[in-house]
Amino acid sequence: MAEFVMPQLGADMTSGKLLRWRKNVGDRIQRGDVIADVETDKADIEVEVFTTGVIEKVLVQPEEKVPIGTVMAIIREEGKAAAVAVPPVSAVPAIALVPAPPTIAAPTVSAPSSPAEMGGPRLHISPVARKLAADLGIDPVTVTGTGPGGRITMEDIEHAAQAKKAPPVAEATLDRAARMRQIIAAAMTRSKREIPHYYLSTTIDMSRALAWLTQENLKRSVEQRLVYGVLLLKAVALALREIPELNSVWSNGKVMQCPDVNVGVAVSLRGGGLVAPALHHTDHLSIDDLMKNFSGLIQRARAGSLRSSELSDPTITVTSLGEQGVEAVFGIIYPPRSHSSASARSRNIHGRPRGRSHRGPC
Amino acid sequence: MSRDEIKSVVLRVLGRIVPEADMQQLKPDRRLRDQLDIDSMDLLNFIVGLHKELRVEIPEADYARLATLDGCVDYLAAHQSGS
Repeated sequence: MAEFVMPQLGADMTSGKLLRWRKNVGDRIQRGDVIADVETDKADIEVEVFTTGVIEKVLVQPEEKVPIGTVMAIIREEGKAAAVAVPPVSAVPAIALVPAPPTIAAPTVSAPSSPAEMGGPRLHISPVARKLAADLGIDPVTVTGTGPGGRITMEDIEHAAQAKKAPPVAEATLDRAARMRQIIAAAMTRSKREIPHYYLSTTIDMSRALAWLTQENLKRSVEQRLVYGVLLLKAVALALREIPELNSVWSNGKVMQCPDVNVGVAVSLRGGGLVAPALHHTDHLSIDDLMKNFSGLIQRARAGSLRSSELSDPTITVTSLGEQGVEAVFGIIYPPRSHSSASARSRNIHGRPRGRSHRGPC
Repeated sequence: MSRDEIKSVVLRVLGRIVPEADMQQLKPDRRLRDQLDIDSMDLLNFIVGLHKELRVEIPEADYARLATLDGCVDYLAAHQSGS
């Protein structure tokens, strides 16, 4: 049996809310299929599954927010025996064995608990939240539910537990942008505190690249044109392929070299916030495909809808701030990556365009 | 197309790229990039949007003429097919 758990989609993520299941119990799934939509502080993510098999059981309901690592579903892998024994064909069943009906469907409001269990008023609370309440010593009767229909969610129980521990602080309702700023601040603070940063800088003659770009775009109609950024991304990708030691992440106390080059692009989000999703196999993409994927990625990042592999796979982060006159950028490493590359405005030095690029390794 | 019609197309295309902006507050003679938070990708999408709506080919060398709202309207009015 394989477990599908709430993935960590970014070093700063501690929990996620299941929005909806995209597959049901009994569905056959393949590695790479999207199994669920999960809401994080940064975006709604389509979560891909890495097992091939059949979904046997689902343990988390839509609208539930759970910590990363929580088992959300059980998958019976291909080739393994089913948990329920099937009678041999030779038997004469008057009643045919049918698969259990799906236990999840569209987002539903959970049935109210039986008063007999509680010995009190009927409570609108899910079994998972009820168990958490018991574990944390919270009486659900005292908790106000914020879920659909006033249901008490796991988050409500967690808040109640927090409130018990700490003196109550006036907590303004934070919108997604504000929450995102908080978690980015936390991640960057941690990065600066724990990762020794050092910086290398070089000035690059961009005249040939820019001349090539101008010539190329002259030949292309608007929809096919390339932006300067894709040249930077491709250059970084090729450099990483040549020097694989830099294409690494820090995991479990050691450097792990990554097999693929997936350049993470820092994308500013409208209304504030930043996300750095990956362009998979950046080194293998043609310039045209890179431009198409880059453009699509930015659009989806800004629309708040990315795939989980785009968030978990970047092997380096690239920042480009050349648009508004910034001359140099000294980036902060976004863990668990071990390097960050930042470039800024190219300007003419002695008549030839030079771009400045900084690389900050760990 | 009249200048007003062109202006309204320009604002509509811009509105899709910068949905949070208040187009009524836009100063027509100031650079768009000084008034709105747009980067090179946004600019390209803007040009593509104008091309799709108005069927005008805009070479890269002419992008600078579209720096302001007035500049956009002037350019697009002058380059309309048939004019």
